[in-house]
Amino acid sequence: MNPEIGHYALVLSLAVALLMTVIPFWGARTGDAALMKVGSTLALVLAGFTGLSFATLVVAYVQSDFSVLNVVENSHSAKPLLYRITGTWGNHEGSMLLWVLVLAIFAALVALFGANLPARLKANVLAVQGSVATAFLLFILFTSNPFARVIPPPAEGQDLNPILQDIGLAIHPPLLYLGYVGFSITFAFAVAALIEGRIDAAWARWVRPWALTAWAFLTLGIAMGSYWAYYELGWGGWWFWDPVENASLMPWFAGTALIHSAVVMEKRDALKVWTVLLAILAFSLSLLGTFLVRSGVLTSVHTFATDPSRGVFILAILVFFIGGSLTLYALRAPMLRQGGIFAPVSREGALVLNNLLLTAASAAVLVGTLYPLALEAYNGAKITVGPPYFNLTVGALMLPVAFAMPFGPLLAWKRGDLAGAAQRLMAAFGAAIVIAALAAYAQGGGPVLAPFGMGLAAFVVIGALAEVIERAGFGRVPRATAFARLRGLPRSVFGGALAHAGVGVCLFGIIAETSWNAERIAGVKVGGSFEVGGYELTLDRLEPRNGPNYRDLVGVFTVRRGGVDMGTIESAKRLFTARNMPTTESGIRTMWFSQLYVSLGDELPGGGVGVRAYWKPFVTLIWIGSVIMALGGALSLTDRRLRVGAPKPAKKPKAKADGASPVPAE
Amino acid sequence: MLLWIAFSLMTGAAIMAVLWPLRTGAALPAASTAEADLAVYRDQLTEIERDRASGLIAPAEGEAARTEVARRILRASAERSREGASSGDDRRRRLVAVVALLGVPLMAGGLYLALGSPLYPPQPLAQRLEAQPNPSDVAILIRKVESHLEANPNDGRGYEVVAPIYARIGRLDDAARAWANAIRLLGPTAPRETGLGEALTAQAGGVVTTQAKTAFEAALTADPKDPKAQYFLGLAAEQDGRKAEAAARWSALVAQSPADAPWLGLLREALARIGAPMPATLTAPAAGPGAADVAAAESLTPEQRDAMVRGMVERLEARLTQEGDDIEGWLRLMRAWTVLGQQDKARVAAGQARTHFTSDSGALGRIDALAHELGLGS
Repeated sequence: MNPEIGHYALVLSLAVALLMTVIPFWGARTGDAALMKVGSTLALVLAGFTGLSFATLVVAYVQSDFSVLNVVENSHSAKPLLYRITGTWGNHEGSMLLWVLVLAIFAALVALFGANLPARLKANVLAVQGSVATAFLLFILFTSNPFARVIPPPAEGQDLNPILQDIGLAIHPPLLYLGYVGFSITFAFAVAALIEGRIDAAWARWVRPWALTAWAFLTLGIAMGSYWAYYELGWGGWWFWDPVENASLMPWFAGTALIHSAVVMEKRDALKVWTVLLAILAFSLSLLGTFLVRSGVLTSVHTFATDPSRGVFILAILVFFIGGSLTLYALRAPMLRQGGIFAPVSREGALVLNNLLLTAASAAVLVGTLYPLALEAYNGAKITVGPPYFNLTVGALMLPVAFAMPFGPLLAWKRGDLAGAAQRLMAAFGAAIVIAALAAYAQGGGPVLAPFGMGLAAFVVIGALAEVIERAGFGRVPRATAFARLRGLPRSVFGGALAHAGVGVCLFGIIAETSWNAERIAGVKVGGSFEVGGYELTLDRLEPRNGPNYRDLVGVFTVRRGGVDMGTIESAKRLFTARNMPTTESGIRTMWFSQLYVSLGDELPGGGVGVRAYWKPFVTLIWIGSVIMALGGALSLTDRRLRVGAPKPAKKPKAKADGASPVPAE
Repeated sequence: MLLWIAFSLMTGAAIMAVLWPLRTGAALPAASTAEADLAVYRDQLTEIERDRASGLIAPAEGEAARTEVARRILRASAERSREGASSGDDRRRRLVAVVALLGVPLMAGGLYLALGSPLYPPQPLAQRLEAQPNPSDVAILIRKVESHLEANPNDGRGYEVVAPIYARIGRLDDAARAWANAIRLLGPTAPRETGLGEALTAQAGGVVTTQAKTAFEAALTADPKDPKAQYFLGLAAEQDGRKAEAAARWSALVAQSPADAPWLGLLREALARIGAPMPATLTAPAAGPGAADVAAAESLTPEQRDAMVRGMVERLEARLTQEGDDIEGWLRLMRAWTVLGQQDKARVAAGQARTHFTSDSGALGRIDALAHELGLGS
């Protein structure tokens, strides 16, 4: 396919996005139904053109069309097909195009499934999406054009950054972008509400599923990125408090707060103004994350995208959207009607506490991330805000969140009974104490706080299940009735409980890994052995192997525990020939939830090789817990009460049901 | 052409995205905001009923929730009665249609023409490799030779072909390696050795390294008169501080070079750099005074310069007496004598020239024309 088709589709996308910003907005101002409807068709066409553009770029990558500069700079014909495809978004230009594509797809989904949205709200939402798309398309076309051509074309590309040649790259950025950009929809809803000066009842019903979708993807994206860094960088760390990681964590905190406050808003018509603010913040922080990664203001493990000239452009986008939306908020928020009052001790109260702690955590990460940058810009001093700061602040804020988490769902709306909730959590509390005691016994003389942490994690997991058991009425009503009720529980209840349990599981993994991990750095000759975490590793042989575009030096280790042979671990140092860059391919052996991690260093003079080996107890729970959280979000999303937009045959004869609405379908 | 058709279709689709709903949507009433709110509230009521029926919420709790939703419904109903009917306006829609019809093609087309390269076809790698050898696609030619050499690593000709191309496009490492392979497989010749030496020198940023020097020396062994090897060995001597040796090498090279040798300018500069005189070339300048001669002339007194020019002209005359069938040479000689004020000698030259071209009317015509132009009579 001709790359010029993709280029023209991109240019056309800009024209369409511009119209999509102006026409539906004008329609909403003047109440012109036809103009408002134009927004929907434009959104579909925009998705089509950006999709075509992206597909063209993928084809250029697959076919190794080296007349496209972007392909030359980031691909190599010897690369396996999968990495040629993922290479499309493994670079700045391609990833920005993916960003806009996701944005356009989300806008198209609103256009397709928003038939029962108030027309004005829908038109404004699409106009806001259009404006975001316009800004980013301008950015792509004028500073990061993926369709620039090279004449004459070289015969070979410069290869993709080796650490990005990994299955992790196929998954991590798209997930993260689905998360980041998903918040653009809630942002668009918030701004649309502010423009109109009123929040429709449908507003909350729409915002919650979008926030949930974005949040679930963001959770998976962050977890995936963390695991990727863990096995690819060879340091055995799973979270570095790297600014780029922080950039994804900030919208995650804000998004987590948003999905909770949206519940209050939907159920109780309260916290509207706050929810609007959170929706704006979540996307603003996503934009900030994009800015931090894409502008090159940071130097970190993600340095694959650095070009200072682009920074100013993104900064302008940032100022326009964040500044603009917050100004609009300041002007219009007082006009929004407050509703629903509640006592401090109530479900709403618990959710407000959650929101306050989460936004505080988000702010703590923001300060820790931006302060060094601001300081450097101000007086050139280079400082790093390291893990101690983040562990202390975020940790201190997350502990009460974790502790309060099981209480929230057990409190009634409007007026809750804290003592009653505590009583119902007695079982969970007891189990937590048992686990803490077991942990203390098992670790012997380890870190004092570890058993408390394990107890807390257990409390969160069991407390999450307590909610389901409690709501079904086990122990209060006959078992048959309880089971019947259990089946009747809305899926969002299960989803919430699952997500909360996931937090507990993740917490368990974090505490276990940080308290009890063992590290061993050794120089080993072939035939030599060393011990880590109770396992004996013997370096059997070092052998070179050839891949399609790299050469490996593989170390094969035999693992023994108590003299029993447990098989081998292979760890490699990989040299990518095109860029002459080495990467580490860690050897990881998973045993239940724990992992033995072996990473190969440099070859030592006189034979042998440097080896870093780690024993990481329960480390996989960190990611398993995150996946459980995302699954909880997905489960909650399938709750039919939330699927307002999906056309669905009415089960009841009454003119009700979720999809059917009084508004004629388009 | 196909490309432009595709562009037009795409543009048309974008325009239709605006025009189509303008036509069909005009008849539709805008969904009332309050109406949509009411639908949501009715959903909520049903939900509460369902929860209460399945015992998920206590009857009292359910009643409270019902009351609240009922309150919201009342409020929304009141709003609906206040809301005016939405209005369509034909003038507005026509304006939007015009903007779409003109704005989309103008903006997309203009921007694309500024940014795109419509005349540049796609170049998938597989297609380029399969196509007939295309001399303009140097990169692919090299790649093909490379893959041929990968399969036949002992084909010295392949290395010899690709080496100078590497050097030309600046892949000096590869050039040096290819020359070395060609020498290994085909045996040393002067051009191969100098090619290797040059690549190594260029790689070292113009410094003749020991390795390069070895190559140049090998070239001289193969062909003692090889000018490149002599020049670079002189350069090596200069870089080592042995100026006398450098001067000797270069002077010898000048002396053995024909007067129109392209490297004379380089040698003159080199000799001037180390302060050595520029010796005479093998034969008189055939193409007029070389750059070297002119520069040398500048540093002379008028008398010396006159003598030098006279010497050059005499050398030319001596050559023409031996090889008389060079019409350009004769014409230059006539001109030179005239410029030096020796009209009679010019006339003699014209006469001698005529004797060499008795059967060539074209040449005779040119001699006569020049003689006339120079005022030599005939």
